[in-house]
Amino acid sequence: MKLRTVIPFVVFCLLAVFLTIGLNLDPRKVPSPFIGNPAPEFSLPVLQSGHTISLQDFKGKVWLLNVWASWCAACRDEHHLLNTLARENIVDIVGLNYKDAESDAVNWLAELGNPYTKVLVDRTGDAAINYGVYGVPETFVIDDRGIIQFKHIGPLTPDVLGQEILPRIHNLQNPND
Amino acid sequence: MHAARQFVPKIKMLVILLGMLTVAHAAVALDSLPQFQDSEKQQLYDQLIRELRCLVCQNQNLMDSNADLATDLRRKTHEMVGQGQEYDQIVDFMVNRYGNFVLYRPPVNPATFALWGLPFACLVLVALIVAHYFRRQATASEVILSTESLHQANRLLGESDPES
Repeated sequence: MKLRTVIPFVVFCLLAVFLTIGLNLDPRKVPSPFIGNPAPEFSLPVLQSGHTISLQDFKGKVWLLNVWASWCAACRDEHHLLNTLARENIVDIVGLNYKDAESDAVNWLAELGNPYTKVLVDRTGDAAINYGVYGVPETFVIDDRGIIQFKHIGPLTPDVLGQEILPRIHNLQNPND
Repeated sequence: MHAARQFVPKIKMLVILLGMLTVAHAAVALDSLPQFQDSEKQQLYDQLIRELRCLVCQNQNLMDSNADLATDLRRKTHEMVGQGQEYDQIVDFMVNRYGNFVLYRPPVNPATFALWGLPFACLVLVALIVAHYFRRQATASEVILSTESLHQANRLLGESDPES
């Protein structure tokens, strides 16, 4: 075969390969710069209580930070999974109530159940900006030293929970296994 | 006369409508954030909200997007500019939280060499191909016929061969 006919064919194949890869990438999955880095400091009021709480209060144990809001439809979808996880008592789930009205948040938890050990209130969304949140719900796995080990954007699914989150929690809680 | 009298209000109406358009535009002009007194700060702010991407509606910058997050990030940017922070500090703040994806103009680093380099590589490649093409054309036109071929060509064309 002549080079003249081979070159366009090769170029076509290369393009096809790149386009196929491109089509299968999810542009919504923005790699988080936080993975492996310390969680940003915060000091936030706890829902329906007078006191505030900071990142330091969570040092020493592995925990989940779940960003949610009562106006967020996808949060409703994942909520039963969080309830199930909470019942198994494996890990502390801390809620970050994002740009919500207090009464809405309280009603929502009363209606759907409260899987959270604590619910932090971020009325302005500033704490969420510090955590690079852009699509609620988001869930962070934070280890005992305050390092973010994993982040999931969007509603939790049984697959994500079973394959990504629970194994990580297990490994972090039992480093000597 | 009657027609002229009708015509004047139409012009007036047009002027009023056009005037309303400019007001509407000003009203849409983003948020309730105050303009900076300092024109340098205003410029920096305008530049930043053009260059930073809204992560919710990914093909819009902060200026164009009316997503909640974009509003919050504009507020944050406004606050930081107001505190006298520099361009680099604010961009670093955003990149540290949202990654390089937040930038419409990606930085040049090993991960983006291909991105920045490929257009130039393509340009060079095309230039080489074009150069090659022209060189071939040039040599093709410079082919000098041997005397014998010339005779043969002339004979074929039915012209009288000057030497025969």
